[in-house]
Amino acid sequence: MNSIQETQQEIVEEFALFDEWMDKYEHLIELGKDLPLIDEQYKTDENLIKGCQSKVWLHAELKDGKIIFTADSDAIITKGIVGLVISVFSNHTPQEIIDTDLFFIDQIGLQEHLSPTRSNGLLAMLKQIRMYAIAFQAMK
Amino acid sequence: MTKKTTTVEATTTYKLNVEEVRKDFPILHRQVNGKPLVYFDNGATSQKPQQVIDVINRYYQHENSNIHRGIHTLSQEATDAYEKARTTVQQFINAQHNHEVIFTSGTTGSINLVASSFGKKHIQAGDEIIISTMEHHSNIVPWQMLCEEKGAILKVIPINEKGELLLDEFKKLLSPKTKLVAVTHVSNTLGTINPVKEIIQLVRQHNSTLDGNVGGNIPPSGGQRGAVILIDGAQAVPHTKVDVQALDCDFYAFSAHKMFGPTGVGILYGKEAILNELPPYQGGGDMIKTVTFEKTTYNELPHKFEAGTPNIVGGIGLAAAIDYMNHIGIANIEAYEHELLNYATHKIKKIEGVRIIGEAANKASVLSFLVDGTHPSDIGMIIDKLGIAIRTGHHCTEPLMNRFNIPGTARASFAFYNTKEEIDTFILALERALKMLK
Repeated sequence: MNSIQETQQEIVEEFALFDEWMDKYEHLIELGKDLPLIDEQYKTDENLIKGCQSKVWLHAELKDGKIIFTADSDAIITKGIVGLVISVFSNHTPQEIIDTDLFFIDQIGLQEHLSPTRSNGLLAMLKQIRMYAIAFQAMK
Repeated sequence: MTKKTTTVEATTTYKLNVEEVRKDFPILHRQVNGKPLVYFDNGATSQKPQQVIDVINRYYQHENSNIHRGIHTLSQEATDAYEKARTTVQQFINAQHNHEVIFTSGTTGSINLVASSFGKKHIQAGDEIIISTMEHHSNIVPWQMLCEEKGAILKVIPINEKGELLLDEFKKLLSPKTKLVAVTHVSNTLGTINPVKEIIQLVRQHNSTLDGNVGGNIPPSGGQRGAVILIDGAQAVPHTKVDVQALDCDFYAFSAHKMFGPTGVGILYGKEAILNELPPYQGGGDMIKTVTFEKTTYNELPHKFEAGTPNIVGGIGLAAAIDYMNHIGIANIEAYEHELLNYATHKIKKIEGVRIIGEAANKASVLSFLVDGTHPSDIGMIIDKLGIAIRTGHHCTEPLMNRFNIPGTARASFAFYNTKEEIDTFILALERALKMLK
């Protein structure tokens, strides 16, 4: 099992293959299309993070001391990025999540998607992931 | 150059050399993501011509001073420039008096002023306020807040599938309890140009049937009052000639930044008789005549509604924008933009799966659309990388999106400095995006 840092590093290396924004977006779109991310029963209003542009759903549960995240978005590029974020954080302990800084989005040149003006729910989703980690940690 | 239009529906003529016009807008010559900027987000805000930028610079370099209170020359010059700007606005919208022109922070500020001052004086529990389905949030929320506070009722004029108001339904909504009707002149999301003149006439007719009413404009104190009318003109003023006297509206609100002027300033036009009877909106400097700790008396119009140091340069910049629009000619702007809209509509319809949201018979240069199987934000993100700025999302008209049962739209909105070549670029970019997304 990779650490959070290792998974991020892998994504950075994967994206280093793409010179053009177009190729990056195409890759994200493919990721978005390929990943049936969330069980329909979890696509509830409670799990909905509403952005002005697109919607993101995030579900979290604790299994054997690790948080399993599943998520989805109605916009495909956002869904691709959501998929990457989930692959980084899911299946780790709350403490591991709390202790890790997210760097891959910046390094693969997608930081604009985290800008509050994009209002696509991604930034709120990252906060929510951290909140889940803190909450599960506190429940221990 | 004089040009006869050749596109499908347009038959109007205009005198506008777009290449010359574009030279006036420095921002149009920059690149975005390595591509020439194609700016189709004019519904959100318009770009500013050098003539407006120069006036703003000159003000801070040569004229800056506070207005209405200084004894010195600079203050007098700044006051003169600001009050001259008021007169420029008055002439632009053909208001009867220049003190009927109130400077505000923008359309939102103007509507909130009316909701607060008119609401305080005239709205009581059980009273009714009518808006429409296609209102921007800023012409919904202030009325909702007022209704909540006073126990009044908000009623909504429905629309048809094309995005046109149902006037027969509107007539049914009018009642002796109706105190205010607030409707947008042009929809920011659909582009629909509403028949505001007809709406205002319907309200006047309705008012004249009410007991004890003296014509609808000025309510007899204590008697039965008719409804007053506010028109949200934010999306209309940049595209079409507005004459508040011909319309016979009671209030008309708009923003400078959507009509090639600076941000942070706008106008509330109000009929003198109605403004005079309303209480002030905010308290502070400039809006008072005398202040003692026991009692303050308020200044006269328009200053009664302009507390504090205003956006002086904003007002002066707005006047410069009006001068610029007059120089281009509003009839030319309207005819040319109409041609752009027809051209873009014609081209986009050829793309498979495109659904235009807003197909009113009478439209301003706003093109909202969806493409089957794609999300508008994905389209917006991809074509942004090709240098094209459009807006995606709900456009601050969530109830309207709910009416059409859609999450949002992609919206291209054109100004008179846009070109058919830019529309071609946009269509190519859109096709490229759809290829990636489908």
